[in-house]
Parts: sequence; C-alpha cells; structure tokens
Amino acid sequence: MHGPDHDHEHDHEHEHEHEHSTLSPMELRVRALETVLTEKGYVDPAALDALIDTYQTKIGPRNGAQVVARAWCDPGFRRWLLEDATAAIASLGFSGRQGEHMVAVENTPEQHNLVVCTLCSCYPWPILGLPPTWYKSAPYRARVVKDPRGVLEDFGVRLPETVRIRVWDSTAEVRYLVVAQRPARSEHLTERELADLVTRDSMIGTGLPLRPGGTSAGASP
Amino acid sequence: MSYRSNADLGGQDGHGAVHPEPESDLFHAPWEPRVLALTVALGATGLWNIDASRAARETLDDYRELSYYQIWLAGLEKLLLQSGAVQANEIIQGRLMQPAVPTRSVLRPDQVAAVLARGSPTARPPVSPARYPLGQWVRTGAVAPQHHTRLPGYARGKRGIIERIHGAHVFADAHAQGLGEQPQWLYTVAFDEKELWGADTPRQHSTVSVDAWEPYLEPA
Repeated sequence: MHGPDHDHEHDHEHEHEHEHSTLSPMELRVRALETVLTEKGYVDPAALDALIDTYQTKIGPRNGAQVVARAWCDPGFRRWLLEDATAAIASLGFSGRQGEHMVAVENTPEQHNLVVCTLCSCYPWPILGLPPTWYKSAPYRARVVKDPRGVLEDFGVRLPETVRIRVWDSTAEVRYLVVAQRPARSEHLTERELADLVTRDSMIGTGLPLRPGGTSAGASP
Repeated sequence: MSYRSNADLGGQDGHGAVHPEPESDLFHAPWEPRVLALTVALGATGLWNIDASRAARETLDDYRELSYYQIWLAGLEKLLLQSGAVQANEIIQGRLMQPAVPTRSVLRPDQVAAVLARGSPTARPPVSPARYPLGQWVRTGAVAPQHHTRLPGYARGKRGIIERIHGAHVFADAHAQGLGEQPQWLYTVAFDEKELWGADTPRQHSTVSVDAWEPYLEPA
C-alpha cells in the first residue's frame, strides 16, 4: 500500500527495482502511468496521497450515520433533511464531490427504500465515502431493479410482503440517502449511541440498522 | 460505427448473487486507491468532464471482463490518449517522451480538502419553465440515441409518473459529447414493476424510479 512516504520510493532505485520483481502486472501498469503523469506535471503524487488518505480516514459512512442519528433525535432536522437534504447535510459539515445534490428518502412501515446506480457507480461520497465493491458489481446493478427482494435476501434481509420496495436508480447527479426507521427500544440512547446503530448498508437500503445491544443488521426491525 | 454502452446492466438476468462486504473493505489491491486518486486528481486538469469520462468507460469493449478499478484505469488511459495529453508509447514505456499539453490546473495536496468539499454542482438556472408538473404521466423515449445517455435500457419506452422535480441540470448527453452544458429540467420518474418487467415476472410489490432529463420524456 502506498503511504505517506510514497515520494521517497523514487529516490531508492535499488529497492524500487527489487520491489518490481514481486509486483503484479496491474501494479506495474498503474505505477508506469503515474510516473508519466507526474513527469508531465499533470498530477502531484502528494495530492494523490492526500486524496487516498481522505477517503480512507476522513470521509466515510460514519458521516452519514451522524446525519441519520440527528434525524432520529431532532424532528426539525428530520423535516429539513427530507425537504432539502443538501442544506441539512451541509449544516453538519458534509458536502461536495458526488454529493452536490442530495435527496433523503425515509423508510416507513409501508415502504423500504433501496439505492442503486445501474449505469455506473454513482454514490453519495461525502456521507458514505467510496462505494463498496458489491455496489459497483454487475449482480447488484443488474438485479436490484428487477429482483429487489432477492438482493435483500443476499444481505440477510427479509421484509414483509406488505412493505413496498422503492428502488431509486441514481441515473443523474442527484444522490440518495436512505433514512432507516429508528430501531425499537432505542429511546434511552444518546444521538452518538444511535449513530453507532446506523450501518452503511442501512443508508443504501440493503441493510437495517443494528438493534440496541448490537445484534447484526439484517434481522427484522 | 454505432454507439454501444456496455455498462447498462439494469434488469439483466443471469448475474448471480451479490456478495456483501464489511464497511472497512474499500480496496482489494494496492493499485486500486492509486487509480481512484489519479482519476479524481486529473479532474482538475479540465482535459475532460465527468460525463465524457463515463462515456469513455462504458464504451470499453472489454467492460464486462474488467473489475471496477480496471475499468477506471482503462477509461483513464483512453481519455489521456483521446485528449492528446499522453501518447501510447509513453503509457507503454512509463516515461515522458512528448511535451505536456496545457491544462487548467494541477491539484496540490493543500487544495484537496477544499476541492472535494466544493465538488462540481450541476444545477443551473432554468431557461424555460418545466414542461411537466408533479403527478404527470410521461413516456420515455423508446430508441437509444447514438451517443452517451443516462436513460437505462430497462426504462425505455415506458410509462411512468413525475414524482420529483430537481430543477435544471447540466445535460449529460450534450456535455459528454463536448457540446456544452445545455441545462435541462431533471425529474424523478417512477414506474410500476409490471410496466418495466411485464405481467409474467413475479410481483415484488416494488416501484423503480430513474432520474430523467426532460428531452428523455414525452406526455403520456
């Protein structure tokens, strides 16, 4: 894995060559491309390191969990989130690339929401970070619009047949956040403790929040 | 040659199970984050826009055989060659052999946080009133155009209802072709499962929506 000391690698030619002998063809191809792009002045390797660090340590699904927990605790924030998600989410400090135009959709006893991008991998980065591999995979993109209950079963989620499944295919630049139902028997929890119950998958709609006490997602709410 | 997207997967049968992963599993090889970062960083050069990059990826001949970050890498190489920013022999040899082309800017580490927080909003002031009100029935165009577009095949020629109106947005079809932004009204259009998949497909009690620009729609 490239780390903060990435730029030093080019200073150690022997180590570099030795390293190459164990690198995969993909690794070599990406390194070759990065070298050309750096030599041409199109990219700054330190900025690449900063980008990777951002999505590995700073921007991820714990952001979205804070948004959902706030909506569970604060009826005014919940209304704002459902009416103008971009502004409500920005008020918690989350905005920008791949989340410029946000819409929050709320699960109810009658409706469960699921988000997909069948055409590529559109995903709300500021609040969920980078999409998981399965979200970008052919099986998810192909099946979730036609067989949403089958896909939910792959995640261990089975919903009553009376619950309508609402699938949002994010085909433009609008990004969707699913606000799950607040778990039962969570009245005594603080907002911060509630955020710990909000899983990434529950914000995509392929999972449900954890129950107080830590039962895994997927069980009935 | 006709335009063909290999990325339009919605509704295809035969793809098998989805394999969930823990939240911490973002990458599966050390080169994957590097490809992600190169893709994001090169956005600052202004050599192409996000719609052109989606078009470059979805028209890769071997799209279906590649992993997602392999698609991104192949798309990046294609865009670099198309824009003249890099020559094929430079990619093969992994070193500079031709002078660089002029670019808008280069992303520096101290700019990363601000650039990501700003993003690239696509909402634009509308130039005309929205043609369709909430609750209006519409029908999507039946024929795919011969260029990048964002109406999935499964939603072509289908009757749906306007459920949300998102204002005017940069029109991906025009933007991808380098024809400017040409903002158009954007709607969420919802379809009943029977309309999409026919009466013979087992009912799931589901509704599917797409986000569709106004030119994709006609009154129904």
